[in-house]
Amino acid sequence: MNYNNAELMTVNAARLLRDGDVVFVGVGLPNLACNLARRTHAPNLVMIYEAGVIGARPSRLPLSIGDPCLVSGATAVCSMYDIFSFYLQRGNVDVGFLGGAQIDRFGNINATVIGDYNQPKTRLPGSGGSMEIAGWANRCYIITPHQKRRFPEKVDFITSAGFLSHRKEREASGARGKGPQGVVTHLGILEPDENGEMVLAALHPGANIDMIQQNTGWEVKVSVNLRETQPPSAEELRILREDLDPTGIYI
Amino acid sequence: MSKLHTLSEAIKKYVHDGDVIYAAGFTHMIPFAAAHEIIRQKKKNLTVARATPDLIYDMLTAAGCVKKVIFSYMGNPGVGSLRIMRDAIEKGEMEWEEYSHFGMISRLQAGATGLPFMPMNQTGAPSLEKANPNIKRITDPFTGVEVIVVPPLNPDVAIVHVQRCDKHGNSQIWGIVGEQKEAAFASKHVIITAEEIVEEDIIRSDPNRTVIPSIIVDAVCQVPFSAHPSYTQGYYDRDNPFYLAWDEISQSTEKIQNWLDEWVYGVKDRDEYWEKLGEETHNRLKVSPRLSSPIDYGDY
Repeated sequence: MNYNNAELMTVNAARLLRDGDVVFVGVGLPNLACNLARRTHAPNLVMIYEAGVIGARPSRLPLSIGDPCLVSGATAVCSMYDIFSFYLQRGNVDVGFLGGAQIDRFGNINATVIGDYNQPKTRLPGSGGSMEIAGWANRCYIITPHQKRRFPEKVDFITSAGFLSHRKEREASGARGKGPQGVVTHLGILEPDENGEMVLAALHPGANIDMIQQNTGWEVKVSVNLRETQPPSAEELRILREDLDPTGIYI
Repeated sequence: MSKLHTLSEAIKKYVHDGDVIYAAGFTHMIPFAAAHEIIRQKKKNLTVARATPDLIYDMLTAAGCVKKVIFSYMGNPGVGSLRIMRDAIEKGEMEWEEYSHFGMISRLQAGATGLPFMPMNQTGAPSLEKANPNIKRITDPFTGVEVIVVPPLNPDVAIVHVQRCDKHGNSQIWGIVGEQKEAAFASKHVIITAEEIVEEDIIRSDPNRTVIPSIIVDAVCQVPFSAHPSYTQGYYDRDNPFYLAWDEISQSTEKIQNWLDEWVYGVKDRDEYWEKLGEETHNRLKVSPRLSSPIDYGDY
Protein backbone atom coordinates (compact mmCIF):
# COMPACT_ATOMS: atom_id res chain seq x y z
CA MET A 1 0.00 0.00 0.00
CA ASN A 2 1.49 3.35 -1.00
CA TYR A 3 0.97 6.43 1.12
CA ASN A 4 2.56 9.84 1.47
CA ASN A 5 4.04 11.58 4.54
CA ALA A 6 0.90 13.62 5.26
CA GLU A 7 -1.23 10.45 5.22
CA LEU A 8 1.27 8.65 7.44
CA MET A 9 1.31 11.45 10.03
CA THR A 10 -2.47 11.86 9.96
CA VAL A 11 -3.15 8.16 10.49
CA ASN A 12 -0.68 7.97 13.37
CA ALA A 13 -2.12 11.09 15.00
CA ALA A 14 -5.65 9.67 14.70
CA ARG A 15 -4.59 6.49 16.50
CA LEU A 16 -3.50 8.55 19.54
CA LEU A 17 -7.08 9.64 20.16
CA ARG A 18 -9.28 7.62 22.51
CA ASP A 19 -12.99 7.07 22.17
CA GLY A 20 -14.81 9.73 24.20
CA ASP A 21 -11.94 12.22 24.15
CA VAL A 22 -12.86 15.89 24.01
CA VAL A 23 -10.39 17.27 21.50
CA PHE A 24 -9.45 20.86 20.62
CA VAL A 25 -9.08 20.68 16.85
CA GLY A 26 -6.90 22.74 14.55
CA VAL A 27 -7.25 23.02 10.78
CA GLY A 28 -5.23 20.90 8.38
CA LEU A 29 -3.87 17.53 9.45
CA PRO A 30 -5.30 17.63 13.03
CA ASN A 31 -8.76 18.16 11.60
CA LEU A 32 -8.28 15.19 9.26
CA ALA A 33 -6.87 13.07 12.09
CA CYS A 34 -9.87 13.79 14.34
CA ASN A 35 -12.40 13.06 11.64
CA LEU A 36 -10.56 9.85 10.76
CA ALA A 37 -10.54 8.74 14.40
CA ARG A 38 -14.26 9.48 14.70
CA ARG A 39 -14.98 7.27 11.69
CA THR A 40 -12.80 4.41 12.91
CA HIS A 41 -12.03 3.63 16.56
CA ALA A 42 -13.38 6.75 18.32
CA PRO A 43 -17.03 7.32 17.26
CA ASN A 44 -17.72 9.29 20.46
CA LEU A 45 -14.97 11.85 19.92
CA VAL A 46 -16.16 15.40 20.70
CA MET A 47 -14.55 18.00 18.46
CA ILE A 48 -14.15 21.55 19.80
CA TYR A 49 -12.87 24.34 17.57
CA GLU A 50 -11.02 27.43 18.79
CA ALA A 51 -13.61 29.64 17.07
CA GLY A 52 -16.11 28.54 19.73
CA VAL A 53 -17.81 25.54 18.15
CA ILE A 54 -18.52 22.42 20.22
CA GLY A 55 -19.46 19.03 18.81
CA ALA A 56 -18.82 20.05 15.20
CA ARG A 57 -19.69 17.61 12.42
CA PRO A 58 -18.18 19.39 9.40
CA SER A 59 -19.71 18.31 6.11
CA ARG A 60 -16.69 19.50 4.11
CA LEU A 61 -13.03 20.16 4.81
CA PRO A 62 -12.71 23.64 6.36
CA LEU A 63 -9.90 25.86 5.01
CA SER A 64 -10.06 28.09 8.08
CA ILE A 65 -10.63 27.45 11.77
CA GLY A 66 -13.83 29.52 11.56
CA ASP A 67 -15.55 27.94 8.58
CA PRO A 68 -19.38 28.12 8.53
CA CYS A 69 -19.62 24.35 7.96
CA LEU A 70 -18.38 23.86 11.54
CA VAL A 71 -21.41 25.69 12.94
CA SER A 72 -24.24 24.07 10.97
CA GLY A 73 -25.15 20.88 12.84
CA ALA A 74 -22.87 21.48 15.86
CA THR A 75 -24.12 20.89 19.41
CA ALA A 76 -23.16 24.37 20.69
CA VAL A 77 -21.54 27.64 19.72
CA CYS A 78 -20.03 30.05 22.24
CA SER A 79 -17.82 33.13 22.38
CA MET A 80 -14.04 33.06 22.29
CA TYR A 81 -13.89 34.09 25.94
CA ASP A 82 -16.13 31.14 26.82
CA ILE A 83 -14.21 28.56 24.79
CA PHE A 84 -10.91 29.54 26.41
CA SER A 85 -12.30 29.82 29.94
CA PHE A 86 -15.25 27.41 30.50
CA TYR A 87 -13.77 24.77 28.25
CA LEU A 88 -9.97 25.01 28.17
CA GLN A 89 -8.96 26.80 31.40
CA ARG A 90 -11.52 24.86 33.44
CA GLY A 91 -10.00 21.56 32.32
CA ASN A 92 -12.76 20.28 30.05
CA VAL A 93 -10.45 19.50 27.13
CA ASP A 94 -8.66 16.13 26.98
CA VAL A 95 -6.51 16.59 23.90
CA GLY A 96 -4.94 19.48 22.04
CA PHE A 97 -3.11 19.31 18.72
CA LEU A 98 -0.28 21.75 18.02
CA GLY A 99 2.07 22.63 15.21
CA GLY A 100 4.78 25.28 15.08
CA ALA A 101 7.89 26.37 13.28
CA GLN A 102 10.23 24.86 15.86
CA ILE A 103 9.99 22.15 18.52
CA ASP A 104 12.86 21.60 20.92
CA ARG A 105 14.31 18.77 23.01
CA PHE A 106 11.81 19.37 25.83
CA GLY A 107 8.80 19.76 23.54
CA ASN A 108 8.66 23.56 23.77
CA ILE A 109 7.16 25.19 20.68
CA ASN A 110 8.11 28.39 18.87
CA ALA A 111 5.43 29.87 16.63
CA THR A 112 6.38 33.52 17.19
CA VAL A 113 9.73 34.64 15.84
CA ILE A 114 13.07 33.51 14.45
CA GLY A 115 15.87 35.69 15.79
CA ASP A 116 15.48 38.62 18.18
CA TYR A 117 11.91 39.37 19.26
CA ASN A 118 12.21 43.13 18.88
CA GLN A 119 14.10 43.02 15.59
CA PRO A 120 12.74 39.83 14.08
CA LYS A 121 14.53 38.09 11.24
CA THR A 122 11.38 36.12 10.48
CA ARG A 123 8.11 37.14 12.04
CA LEU A 124 5.75 34.16 12.43
CA PRO A 125 1.98 34.37 13.11
CA GLY A 126 2.29 34.05 16.90
CA SER A 127 0.47 32.07 19.58
CA GLY A 128 -3.17 32.26 18.67
CA GLY A 129 -4.62 29.78 21.15
CA SER A 130 -1.61 27.49 21.23
CA MET A 131 -0.20 28.94 24.48
CA GLU A 132 -3.38 27.99 26.31
CA ILE A 133 -3.86 24.67 24.52
CA ALA A 134 -0.31 23.59 25.41
CA GLY A 135 -0.79 24.78 28.98
CA TRP A 136 -4.23 23.47 29.77
CA ALA A 137 -5.29 20.50 27.61
CA ASN A 138 -4.77 17.28 29.57
CA ARG A 139 -2.67 15.80 26.74
CA CYS A 140 -1.04 17.51 23.77
CA TYR A 141 0.23 16.07 20.52
CA ILE A 142 2.41 17.83 17.99
CA ILE A 143 2.29 16.97 14.28
CA THR A 144 5.20 18.15 12.14
CA PRO A 145 7.49 16.96 9.36
CA HIS A 146 10.85 15.75 10.68
CA GLN A 147 13.42 18.32 9.52
CA LYS A 148 16.53 19.55 11.28
CA ARG A 149 15.55 23.23 11.10
CA ARG A 150 12.27 22.40 12.83
CA PHE A 151 13.98 20.51 15.66
CA PRO A 152 16.59 22.77 17.30
CA GLU A 153 17.95 21.77 20.71
CA LYS A 154 16.46 24.97 22.17
CA VAL A 155 13.82 27.18 20.56
CA ASP A 156 14.41 30.93 20.07
CA PHE A 157 11.11 31.79 21.77
CA ILE A 158 8.81 29.60 23.88
CA THR A 159 5.35 30.38 22.48
CA SER A 160 3.84 27.27 24.06
CA ALA A 161 5.23 25.33 26.98
CA GLY A 162 6.47 21.79 26.65
CA PHE A 163 8.47 20.72 29.69
CA LEU A 164 10.61 23.94 29.64
CA SER A 165 14.05 22.70 30.78
CA HIS A 166 12.79 19.69 32.75
CA ARG A 167 9.51 18.00 33.69
CA LYS A 168 9.91 19.49 37.19
CA GLU A 169 10.08 23.01 35.77
CA ARG A 170 6.77 22.56 33.97
CA GLU A 171 5.16 21.15 37.11
CA ALA A 172 6.44 24.13 39.11
CA SER A 173 5.05 26.58 36.53
CA GLY A 174 1.47 25.87 37.57
CA ALA A 175 0.28 24.87 34.09
CA ARG A 176 -2.57 22.40 34.65
CA GLY A 177 -2.08 20.12 31.59
CA LYS A 178 0.33 17.18 31.41
CA GLY A 179 2.23 18.64 28.46
CA PRO A 180 3.21 17.13 25.11
CA GLN A 181 2.66 13.36 25.08
CA GLY A 182 3.89 12.74 21.56
CA VAL A 183 5.47 14.39 18.54
CA VAL A 184 4.27 12.66 15.38
CA THR A 185 6.58 13.15 12.40
CA HIS A 186 6.88 11.43 9.03
CA LEU A 187 9.72 9.29 10.41
CA GLY A 188 8.38 8.23 13.79
CA ILE A 189 7.04 9.34 17.16
CA LEU A 190 8.96 11.09 19.95
CA GLU A 191 7.63 10.85 23.49
CA PRO A 192 8.75 12.47 26.75
CA ASP A 193 10.90 10.44 29.17
CA GLU A 194 10.80 10.82 32.95
CA ASN A 195 12.70 14.12 32.68
CA GLY A 196 10.44 15.50 29.98
CA GLU A 197 13.05 15.05 27.24
CA MET A 198 11.57 13.99 23.89
CA VAL A 199 13.04 10.59 23.00
CA LEU A 200 12.50 8.31 20.03
CA ALA A 201 9.65 5.97 20.98
CA ALA A 202 8.50 4.60 17.62
CA LEU A 203 9.71 4.35 14.04
CA HIS A 204 7.41 4.24 11.04
CA PRO A 205 7.95 1.37 8.57
CA GLY A 206 11.08 2.04 6.50
CA ALA A 207 12.54 4.68 8.86
CA ASN A 208 15.60 4.10 11.03
CA ILE A 209 17.44 5.71 13.93
CA ASP A 210 20.05 7.30 11.65
CA MET A 211 17.35 9.09 9.66
CA ILE A 212 15.88 10.46 12.90
CA GLN A 213 19.29 11.61 14.13
CA GLN A 214 20.19 13.30 10.85
CA ASN A 215 16.99 15.32 10.98
CA THR A 216 17.10 16.35 14.63
CA GLY A 217 19.17 19.17 16.14
CA TRP A 218 20.22 17.32 19.29
CA GLU A 219 21.48 13.86 20.12
CA VAL A 220 18.24 11.90 20.29
CA LYS A 221 17.93 9.25 22.96
CA VAL A 222 16.21 6.04 21.96
CA SER A 223 13.59 4.47 24.21
CA VAL A 224 14.44 0.98 25.48
CA ASN A 225 10.95 0.01 24.30
CA LEU A 226 11.37 1.31 20.72
CA ARG A 227 8.29 0.28 18.71
CA GLU A 228 7.49 0.12 15.01
CA THR A 229 4.16 1.63 13.97
CA GLN A 230 1.68 -0.33 11.88
CA PRO A 231 1.47 1.04 8.33
CA PRO A 232 -1.73 2.91 7.44
CA SER A 233 -4.46 0.41 6.61
CA ALA A 234 -6.36 0.32 3.33
CA GLU A 235 -9.50 1.43 5.18
CA GLU A 236 -7.77 4.38 6.89
CA LEU A 237 -6.38 5.55 3.56
CA ARG A 238 -9.72 5.07 1.82
CA ILE A 239 -11.53 7.27 4.39
CA LEU A 240 -8.85 9.95 4.10
CA ARG A 241 -8.74 10.00 0.32
CA GLU A 242 -12.37 9.39 -0.60
CA ASP A 243 -14.34 10.93 2.25
CA LEU A 244 -12.26 13.50 4.11
CA ASP A 245 -9.95 15.16 1.58
CA PRO A 246 -11.17 14.07 -1.84
CA THR A 247 -9.59 17.05 -3.62
CA GLY A 248 -6.24 16.54 -1.91
CA ILE A 249 -5.94 19.89 -0.13
CA TYR A 250 -3.88 18.54 2.75
CA ILE A 251 -2.88 15.00 1.71
CA MET B 1 -34.27 56.93 18.10
CA SER B 2 -33.04 56.00 14.66
CA LYS B 3 -29.28 55.68 14.35
CA LEU B 4 -29.32 54.97 10.63
CA HIS B 5 -26.29 56.34 8.78
CA THR B 6 -24.64 55.63 5.50
CA LEU B 7 -21.38 53.80 6.10
CA SER B 8 -19.49 56.77 4.73
CA GLU B 9 -21.17 59.13 7.26
CA ALA B 10 -20.55 56.72 10.15
CA ILE B 11 -16.83 56.37 9.38
CA LYS B 12 -16.48 60.13 8.94
CA LYS B 13 -18.17 60.79 12.26
CA TYR B 14 -16.69 58.06 14.48
CA VAL B 15 -13.25 57.08 13.11
CA HIS B 16 -10.52 59.68 13.52
CA ASP B 17 -6.81 59.77 12.72
CA GLY B 18 -4.87 58.23 15.59
CA ASP B 19 -7.82 56.22 16.97
CA VAL B 20 -7.66 52.70 18.34
CA ILE B 21 -10.15 50.65 16.31
CA TYR B 22 -11.42 47.11 16.78
CA ALA B 23 -13.02 45.58 13.68
CA ALA B 24 -14.52 42.50 15.28
CA GLY B 25 -15.32 38.94 14.20
CA PHE B 26 -13.34 35.72 14.52
CA THR B 27 -13.12 34.63 10.84
CA HIS B 28 -16.89 35.21 10.63
CA MET B 29 -18.58 38.52 9.63
CA ILE B 30 -15.37 40.53 9.40
CA PRO B 31 -16.46 44.08 8.47
CA PHE B 32 -14.45 44.49 5.27
CA ALA B 33 -16.77 47.15 3.81
CA ALA B 34 -16.00 49.46 6.74
CA ALA B 35 -12.25 48.95 6.33
CA HIS B 36 -12.49 49.82 2.64
CA GLU B 37 -14.37 53.00 3.55
CA ILE B 38 -11.64 53.86 6.10
CA ILE B 39 -9.09 53.45 3.30
CA ARG B 40 -11.13 55.66 0.94
CA GLN B 41 -11.33 58.33 3.62
CA LYS B 42 -7.53 58.09 4.05
CA LYS B 43 -7.53 57.75 7.85
CA LYS B 44 -4.01 57.80 9.30
CA ASN B 45 -2.01 56.58 12.30
CA LEU B 46 -4.61 54.08 13.43
CA THR B 47 -3.91 51.48 16.08
CA VAL B 48 -5.72 48.41 14.82
CA ALA B 49 -6.66 45.76 17.38
CA ARG B 50 -8.00 42.29 16.55
CA ALA B 51 -7.21 38.82 17.86
CA THR B 52 -6.72 37.78 14.24
CA PRO B 53 -5.74 40.74 12.01
CA ASP B 54 -6.82 38.73 8.94
CA LEU B 55 -6.81 40.29 5.47
CA ILE B 56 -8.77 43.29 6.76
CA TYR B 57 -5.76 44.73 8.63
CA ASP B 58 -3.31 43.61 5.94
CA MET B 59 -5.35 45.82 3.56
CA LEU B 60 -5.43 48.77 5.99
CA THR B 61 -1.66 48.44 6.44
CA ALA B 62 -1.12 48.30 2.67
CA ALA B 63 -3.11 51.52 2.30
CA GLY B 64 -0.96 53.35 4.87
CA CYS B 65 -3.66 53.74 7.55
CA VAL B 66 -1.90 51.83 10.33
CA LYS B 67 0.67 52.88 12.94
CA LYS B 68 0.38 49.96 15.32
CA VAL B 69 -1.25 46.53 15.59
CA ILE B 70 -2.46 44.75 18.74
CA PHE B 71 -3.04 41.05 18.02
CA SER B 72 -2.76 37.40 19.01
CA TYR B 73 -2.55 35.52 15.69
CA MET B 74 -1.23 37.32 12.63
CA GLY B 75 -1.85 34.89 9.81
CA ASN B 76 -3.99 34.34 6.72
CA PRO B 77 -6.21 31.60 8.21
CA GLY B 78 -5.53 28.24 6.58
CA VAL B 79 -3.19 29.83 4.03
CA GLY B 80 -0.06 31.26 5.68
CA SER B 81 1.37 34.70 6.47
CA LEU B 82 -0.14 38.14 6.35
CA ARG B 83 2.68 39.30 4.14
CA ILE B 84 2.14 43.06 4.32
CA MET B 85 1.99 43.31 8.10
CA ARG B 86 4.78 40.79 8.52
CA ASP B 87 6.97 42.76 6.15
CA ALA B 88 6.19 46.05 7.96
CA ILE B 89 7.20 44.48 11.28
CA GLU B 90 10.36 42.86 9.91
CA LYS B 91 11.40 46.21 8.39
CA GLY B 92 10.70 48.02 11.67
CA GLU B 93 7.99 50.16 10.06
CA MET B 94 5.11 49.19 12.32
CA GLU B 95 4.68 48.97 16.09
CA TRP B 96 3.09 45.86 17.54
CA GLU B 97 1.76 44.57 20.83
CA GLU B 98 1.16 40.88 21.14
CA TYR B 99 -0.85 38.45 23.28
CA SER B 100 -2.10 34.88 23.17
CA HIS B 101 -5.76 34.55 22.13
CA PHE B 102 -6.92 34.28 25.72
CA GLY B 103 -4.76 37.23 26.77
CA MET B 104 -6.19 39.37 23.99
CA ILE B 105 -9.78 38.37 24.71
CA SER B 106 -9.25 38.83 28.44
CA ARG B 107 -8.17 42.42 27.76
CA LEU B 108 -11.46 42.98 25.92
CA GLN B 109 -13.40 41.21 28.67
CA ALA B 110 -11.88 43.55 31.28
CA GLY B 111 -12.62 46.53 29.06
CA ALA B 112 -16.18 45.37 28.39
CA THR B 113 -17.04 44.73 32.04
CA GLY B 114 -15.37 47.78 33.59
CA LEU B 115 -12.76 45.82 35.50
CA PRO B 116 -9.21 47.10 36.18
CA PHE B 117 -7.60 43.86 34.91
CA MET B 118 -8.44 40.25 34.11
CA PRO B 119 -6.71 37.26 35.73
CA MET B 120 -5.73 34.10 33.87
CA ASN B 121 -4.14 30.87 35.01
CA GLN B 122 -0.51 30.09 34.24
CA THR B 123 0.24 28.41 30.94
CA GLY B 124 3.91 27.81 31.72
CA ALA B 125 5.08 29.65 28.56
CA PRO B 126 7.53 32.37 29.64
CA SER B 127 8.63 34.29 26.53
CA LEU B 128 5.67 36.52 25.67
CA GLU B 129 5.30 37.57 29.29
CA LYS B 130 8.92 38.78 29.15
CA ALA B 131 8.40 40.56 25.83
CA ASN B 132 5.19 42.43 26.70
CA PRO B 133 5.15 44.61 29.87
CA ASN B 134 1.33 44.60 29.78
CA ILE B 135 1.38 40.94 30.84
CA LYS B 136 2.00 40.88 34.59
CA ARG B 137 1.65 38.62 37.62
CA ILE B 138 -0.13 39.17 40.89
CA THR B 139 -0.66 36.95 43.88
CA ASP B 140 -4.15 35.54 44.36
CA PRO B 141 -5.06 36.87 47.85
CA PHE B 142 -7.07 33.73 48.60
CA THR B 143 -4.60 30.98 47.73
CA GLY B 144 -1.25 32.77 47.48
CA VAL B 145 -0.78 31.38 43.96
CA GLU B 146 0.49 33.72 41.23
CA VAL B 147 -1.88 34.47 38.36
CA ILE B 148 -1.29 36.30 35.07
CA VAL B 149 -3.13 39.60 34.59
CA VAL B 150 -3.73 41.87 31.61
CA PRO B 151 -5.17 45.40 31.57
CA PRO B 152 -8.47 46.40 29.93
CA LEU B 153 -8.61 47.26 26.25
CA ASN B 154 -11.00 50.12 25.51
CA PRO B 155 -10.84 50.97 21.80
CA ASP B 156 -12.13 54.31 20.54
CA VAL B 157 -14.44 52.56 18.15
CA ALA B 158 -15.65 49.01 17.51
CA ILE B 159 -17.00 48.05 14.10
CA VAL B 160 -19.23 44.99 14.14
CA HIS B 161 -21.04 43.32 11.25
CA VAL B 162 -24.28 41.51 12.13
CA GLN B 163 -26.95 39.49 10.37
CA ARG B 164 -29.79 41.77 11.39
CA CYS B 165 -30.60 44.71 13.60
CA ASP B 166 -33.30 47.33 14.02
CA LYS B 167 -32.78 51.02 13.32
CA HIS B 168 -31.93 51.60 16.99
CA GLY B 169 -29.01 49.18 16.84
CA ASN B 170 -30.40 46.12 18.65
CA SER B 171 -28.26 43.55 16.88
CA GLN B 172 -28.69 39.81 16.46
CA ILE B 173 -25.89 37.45 15.58
CA TRP B 174 -25.74 33.71 15.04
CA GLY B 175 -22.95 31.39 13.95
CA ILE B 176 -19.47 32.00 15.34
CA VAL B 177 -19.79 34.79 17.90
CA GLY B 178 -16.08 35.35 18.48
CA GLU B 179 -15.51 38.58 20.39
CA GLN B 180 -18.14 40.90 18.87
CA LYS B 181 -20.04 41.45 22.11
CA GLU B 182 -16.89 42.09 24.14
CA ALA B 183 -15.47 44.45 21.51
CA ALA B 184 -18.72 46.44 21.39
CA PHE B 185 -19.08 46.80 25.16
CA ALA B 186 -15.36 47.64 25.55
CA SER B 187 -15.34 50.47 23.00
CA LYS B 188 -16.26 54.13 23.39
CA HIS B 189 -18.24 54.12 20.13
CA VAL B 190 -19.90 51.31 18.18
CA ILE B 191 -20.64 51.18 14.45
CA ILE B 192 -22.91 48.35 13.32
CA THR B 193 -23.06 47.22 9.70
CA ALA B 194 -25.94 44.84 9.01
CA GLU B 195 -27.00 42.48 6.26
CA GLU B 196 -30.58 43.52 7.01
CA ILE B 197 -32.29 46.28 8.96
CA VAL B 198 -35.49 44.75 10.31
CA GLU B 199 -38.51 46.02 12.22
CA GLU B 200 -38.19 46.13 15.99
CA ASP B 201 -40.91 43.43 16.21
CA ILE B 202 -38.61 40.91 14.57
CA ILE B 203 -35.88 41.60 17.12
CA ARG B 204 -38.45 41.35 19.93
CA SER B 205 -39.64 37.97 18.59
CA ASP B 206 -36.30 36.42 19.59
CA PRO B 207 -34.67 38.50 22.36
CA ASN B 208 -32.16 35.81 23.36
CA ARG B 209 -30.43 36.27 20.03
CA THR B 210 -29.67 39.95 20.62
CA VAL B 211 -25.95 40.20 21.35
CA ILE B 212 -25.46 43.97 21.15
CA PRO B 213 -28.15 46.26 22.60
CA SER B 214 -29.06 49.68 21.18
CA ILE B 215 -27.87 51.53 24.30
CA ILE B 216 -24.21 51.09 23.35
CA VAL B 217 -24.62 51.62 19.58
CA ASP B 218 -23.83 54.94 17.86
CA ALA B 219 -24.44 54.20 14.19
CA VAL B 220 -26.39 51.58 12.23
CA CYS B 221 -25.54 51.06 8.56
CA GLN B 222 -27.31 48.76 6.14
CA VAL B 223 -24.47 47.13 4.21
CA PRO B 224 -25.36 43.79 2.60
CA PHE B 225 -22.35 41.59 1.76
CA SER B 226 -20.20 43.76 4.02
CA ALA B 227 -18.17 40.75 5.16
CA HIS B 228 -16.87 39.50 1.78
CA PRO B 229 -14.30 37.81 1.43
CA SER B 230 -15.25 36.69 4.95
CA TYR B 231 -18.80 35.33 5.28
CA THR B 232 -22.12 35.82 7.01
CA GLN B 233 -23.61 32.60 8.40
CA GLY B 234 -26.74 31.68 6.50
CA TYR B 235 -26.32 34.55 3.98
CA TYR B 236 -23.21 33.73 1.94
CA ASP B 237 -20.12 31.53 2.11
CA ARG B 238 -16.51 32.42 2.83
CA ASP B 239 -14.62 33.20 -0.37
CA ASN B 240 -11.73 30.81 0.23
CA PRO B 241 -10.28 31.29 -3.28
CA PHE B 242 -9.89 35.01 -2.51
CA TYR B 243 -7.97 34.23 0.69
CA LEU B 244 -5.65 32.08 -1.44
CA ALA B 245 -5.44 34.80 -4.12
CA TRP B 246 -4.48 37.44 -1.52
CA ASP B 247 -1.40 35.39 -0.71
CA GLU B 248 -0.34 35.96 -4.31
CA ILE B 249 -1.49 39.61 -4.60
CA SER B 250 0.23 40.62 -1.37
CA GLN B 251 3.63 39.47 -2.62
CA SER B 252 4.22 42.55 -4.76
CA THR B 253 3.78 46.27 -4.03
CA GLU B 254 2.53 46.83 -7.55
CA LYS B 255 -0.11 44.10 -7.36
CA ILE B 256 -1.30 45.39 -3.99
CA GLN B 257 -1.60 48.94 -5.35
CA ASN B 258 -3.47 47.71 -8.43
CA TRP B 259 -5.83 45.73 -6.26
CA LEU B 260 -6.55 48.71 -3.98
CA ASP B 261 -7.04 50.95 -7.04
CA GLU B 262 -9.49 48.56 -8.61
CA TRP B 263 -11.44 47.21 -5.64
CA VAL B 264 -11.30 49.98 -3.00
CA TYR B 265 -10.52 53.40 -4.54
CA GLY B 266 -12.19 52.41 -7.80
CA VAL B 267 -15.62 51.71 -6.31
CA LYS B 268 -17.99 54.08 -4.52
CA ASP B 269 -19.33 51.71 -1.92
CA ARG B 270 -20.06 48.07 -1.11
CA ASP B 271 -22.99 47.84 -3.53
CA GLU B 272 -20.70 48.73 -6.40
CA TYR B 273 -18.02 46.32 -5.09
CA TRP B 274 -20.54 43.46 -4.89
CA GLU B 275 -21.86 44.19 -8.38
CA LYS B 276 -18.31 44.25 -9.69
CA LEU B 277 -17.58 40.81 -8.19
CA GLY B 278 -20.04 39.46 -10.72
CA GLU B 279 -22.50 36.66 -11.09
CA GLU B 280 -20.02 33.78 -11.01
CA THR B 281 -18.82 34.84 -7.54
CA HIS B 282 -22.37 35.56 -6.33
CA ASN B 283 -23.45 32.06 -7.35
CA ARG B 284 -20.36 30.42 -5.92
CA LEU B 285 -20.97 32.00 -2.50
CA LYS B 286 -24.69 31.22 -2.33
CA VAL B 287 -25.75 28.98 0.52
CA SER B 288 -28.81 26.71 0.85
CA PRO B 289 -31.07 27.25 3.84
CA ARG B 290 -30.78 25.14 6.99
CA LEU B 291 -33.43 26.49 9.37
CA SER B 292 -33.38 26.03 13.11
CA SER B 293 -36.39 24.50 14.78
CA PRO B 294 -38.65 27.32 16.11
CA ILE B 295 -38.79 27.84 19.87
CA ASP B 296 -41.75 29.07 21.91
CA TYR B 297 -41.26 32.09 24.19
CA GLY B 298 -44.91 31.83 25.34
CA ASP B 299 -47.57 34.51 25.04
CA TYR B 300 -47.69 36.04 28.56
